[in-house]
Amino acid sequence: MIRDFGIVWSERSLLLSGLANTTILSVLSAAAALVLGMALTPALMARNRAVVFAARGFVDGMRCVPFLLFAYIVYYGLPSLGLRFDNWTSGLVALIVYNTAYMAEILRGAWQAQPREPIEAGVAFGFSELRLFRRIILPPLLLMAGPVIGNQVIQIIKDSAFLTIIALPELTHAASSIQSRRYVPFAAFITAVALYWGLCLIVEAGVSSIGRLAEARR
Amino acid sequence: MAATPKVLDVAGVSKRFGSNEVLSDVSLQVDKGETVCVLGPSGSGKSTLLRCINWLERPDGGNVYLNGKQIGVTSAGTVMGDRDLSQVRTHIGMVFQHFALWPHLTVLQNITEAPIQVQRRPRAEVDDEAMALLEKVGLIDKRDAFPARLSGGQKQRVGIARALAIRPDLLLFDEPTSALDPELVGEVLVVMRDLAREGMTMVIVTHEMGFARDAATRVIFLDRGRAVETGTPEQFFTAPRTERARQFLQRYAESTNGKG
Repeated sequence: MIRDFGIVWSERSLLLSGLANTTILSVLSAAAALVLGMALTPALMARNRAVVFAARGFVDGMRCVPFLLFAYIVYYGLPSLGLRFDNWTSGLVALIVYNTAYMAEILRGAWQAQPREPIEAGVAFGFSELRLFRRIILPPLLLMAGPVIGNQVIQIIKDSAFLTIIALPELTHAASSIQSRRYVPFAAFITAVALYWGLCLIVEAGVSSIGRLAEARR
Repeated sequence: MAATPKVLDVAGVSKRFGSNEVLSDVSLQVDKGETVCVLGPSGSGKSTLLRCINWLERPDGGNVYLNGKQIGVTSAGTVMGDRDLSQVRTHIGMVFQHFALWPHLTVLQNITEAPIQVQRRPRAEVDDEAMALLEKVGLIDKRDAFPARLSGGQKQRVGIARALAIRPDLLLFDEPTSALDPELVGEVLVVMRDLAREGMTMVIVTHEMGFARDAATRVIFLDRGRAVETGTPEQFFTAPRTERARQFLQRYAESTNGKG
């Protein structure tokens, strides 16, 4: 067993590049999904019913599709519609689009739990449209939803493992390549698990510092 | 003689929610420097009247003018968009029953937010003015605190400073002391009395009869959505002209005696 981990250690550069790719995928897609989710949230809360209907359709649709299937559709399905992405682009697009729906839904929930008066005060003091959303509505949402957003980032990190099926060289892909060439499945996969765990710990540390900011304002 | 426009002219405003007529044909003119207290039983439409002034509620009928300019309706006669309405609202300060401070901003930032972000005034000037306002409401040492760390009375004094910071032509108060513990009411009323003395133009919805009696230049009494009576506080409190006002004052006197 020690020997198996020795073999994994000798493949460390492959694992580290997998870890780096997983980190890049997760950070990019979490950031993009959060920003796009912020843009989508007002549509979920809009007065115009057609806008709400369209936004709701997208969000509910995404939330009911297994991510693996969605990644298949983006990589293997879209080319038959004439849209052909390489595996990196496909992976990123799949993670971003899928999680935009989750981020928007998280922010909508936090928005509905906000007291009405501070937002109304924003309107009374001359804030409107984008400025009202950006300066008055959004910051309390982000503080309140911080822990749930952090949770979703952890979900993104784990979902990124599915992208091994479209040959994206991320962490799971690196671990399975090591086990298949060197016949050390347990050591390779456990090492990958430990690295995923490390990533999640970093996210949780970030979440708890947002929690402290929110606590001071509650 | 050339008539200078009233700071506020509410002309025959009506508002209904569904089949419920909350305001019917209410008119009110306010001169510069006046403190007008809006009195009346709960559900009489006082808050709705206030909210129709800055179009937080859109009146179903009647017009509202600020310094002679119509609110909510453009010179072309169409209903104003959000942007135009915001432009008008930035001349009207508002103080809310539940304070409505912005929880993610410090006390100082709550006060400077609208002047900097909406009025686009230079930060240095706004900061100086905000510090002076905090001094005025006695909260200079709380400038970096978040609203969640303040008492109700402190929150409301920040609310008043925030409303003053936009250099309003008109200040609206929506039951500013109703959500406060009784022992905290005084500190807020002190600030409001100072403003009345300094000649700030204010419309105040309140249940504080003592305040209305000695700080108002005029009171307006609403009952079931109608302006039943309007006059000086002396006249209203000592010799109300209508039966409804008499009953209202009677009930109020009984309730305070009961508490004594």
